[in-house]
Amino acid sequence: MSTTHLTAGFLPLLDSVLLVLAREKGFAEAEGLDLNLVRETSWANIRDKAALGHFDIAQMLAPMPLAASLGLTPLASEMIAPVVCGLGNNAITVSADLWRSMADHGALGNLAAGPSGAALAKVVAASRRKLRFGVVHQTSSHNYELRYWLAASGIQPDRDIEIVVLPPSLLPDALGSSGLDGYCVGEPWNSIGVTTKGAHMVTTKAAIWQSSPDKVIGMRADWAQAQPERVAAIIRAIYRAGEFCADPANHAEIAQIMAKPAYLNAAPDIVGRALSGRFEIGAGAVAQVPDHFIPNASAANFPWKSHALWYYSQMVRWGEVTSSPTNAAIAAACFRPDLYRAALAPLDINVPVLDDKTDGTHDRPYQIAGTRGSLTMGPDQFFDGQVFDPSALDRYIAEQARS
Amino acid sequence: MPIPDLSILIIDENRIRASIIEDGLREAGHARVVVIHDVNEVGRTIADTSPDVVFIDLENPKRDTLEHFFSLSRAIQRPIAMFVDRSESQMIEKAVEAGVSAYVVDGLKKERVKPILDMAISRFNAFAKLTRELEQARSELEDRKIIDQAKGILMKTRGLAEADAYALLRSTAMNQNRRMVDIAQSLVTAAELLGP
Repeated sequence: MSTTHLTAGFLPLLDSVLLVLAREKGFAEAEGLDLNLVRETSWANIRDKAALGHFDIAQMLAPMPLAASLGLTPLASEMIAPVVCGLGNNAITVSADLWRSMADHGALGNLAAGPSGAALAKVVAASRRKLRFGVVHQTSSHNYELRYWLAASGIQPDRDIEIVVLPPSLLPDALGSSGLDGYCVGEPWNSIGVTTKGAHMVTTKAAIWQSSPDKVIGMRADWAQAQPERVAAIIRAIYRAGEFCADPANHAEIAQIMAKPAYLNAAPDIVGRALSGRFEIGAGAVAQVPDHFIPNASAANFPWKSHALWYYSQMVRWGEVTSSPTNAAIAAACFRPDLYRAALAPLDINVPVLDDKTDGTHDRPYQIAGTRGSLTMGPDQFFDGQVFDPSALDRYIAEQARS
Repeated sequence: MPIPDLSILIIDENRIRASIIEDGLREAGHARVVVIHDVNEVGRTIADTSPDVVFIDLENPKRDTLEHFFSLSRAIQRPIAMFVDRSESQMIEKAVEAGVSAYVVDGLKKERVKPILDMAISRFNAFAKLTRELEQARSELEDRKIIDQAKGILMKTRGLAEADAYALLRSTAMNQNRRMVDIAQSLVTAAELLGP
């Protein structure tokens, strides 16, 4: 097999792990890809260099291909995501001061999203100044998760608090008196905040919305269309990396790889927390988060069109795009289960048969139809009990607009 | 000089590079140039100077912060968007290669912005070239020091004249198909290990 060169951009975050493993453990090479990884300093750079073709592919926030295809960002062009880099991985962390206030108002210190949100709502109501929270990019899963959690807890994000954007690596240092009161970010930046700034994790993405997608591999639609074989090879390499990452026996080795200066440049112990789901959450407390980061199980790498539509619904909710059938169609078209299925179904891999699913109706594992029999999916509840049915998108959007 | 003069904001953590660009713009007749080194100051600066063109270096991790600020100010102030539309892709390409990103107030005519962007790009490139040359000069100086050290060792231990010591290093490097500085470095290291 001849080898083709492929340049991929990434940001130093734990969920670049599948891209890193694809290179470091030979999964890309096995697919005939000479994968060259370029570490970037901002999501804006990832977006621009992907749009200009300096990167063939890039680790992207799940909403980024949507924002590009919907024309919300500079250098807007059609982008697609044919494979997902895993579910979960983000968390919300607050300063030591804010945590004390939240604990005084009933926060439990067990990462449960409901009680944490209710306590924060009381603090916000009692506070003389607007609390300030950081996210990593405007059209980011972090922004929408944080806002979802706040809104469902009775806090109106744009009225009651202030949301600012800062790069992940600067968030822990911004915590405290003059800067931020809290932030939503992927690992290892929550753990680093806890370890270096005395911060406190208050809830996780897995608690706000179980089994929800975060990063994807994004690429230009025309580039993908011109080379279906390369796209299939990328999907297979990421899938194999996901399988490898899912095996706890490999976690120590993976933590060592990710800890290297070229990737996260952080202590293996801190890097490993997201893999094991065992977190120090602050003030000496430890929490075990089941399914904190799901790299492969529950069809974690499958790009559900309904997940793209959920992100679209949040873009509408927060006034970034107008709701229309055309825009919904553009958003759904960004996630490409067809390419995923075409790449993996010929192998001995079980892939979902449908392109959409309903989220929020399962509080325990359940079965769906796969190309090779039934497939086990993890629970998918939203912490406030809401249901996202992609076939009732307009109703969902309308209800959120009223709330 | 363009009338009315455009207001230009440069955000660059590298103070030397920022001043090189600032000088270039001033020499070209732009009087309203403001430089800041930290994106956090951008809110106040934008309110004070209402820039028409904003430059930021691509290495700056706070580009996302800056863009978010622009999106917030969209409703209140004049919209600022990344230069330029798709039709100017060559210009964007050049800017990204030079390591700079530009944002321009909506509605500005291309021909007014282009010379400013050209200037910033060429100054960014000139600065990168300067940095490379400085780096090269520094490493050449370092190489020379090591070669001098190795020469000294040969002169002392083998009683060679300076020119002969140099010739020996050079012929050894050629025979082994290695760089002279590498041979010299091996010699220096060996002498340190074996030394008194």
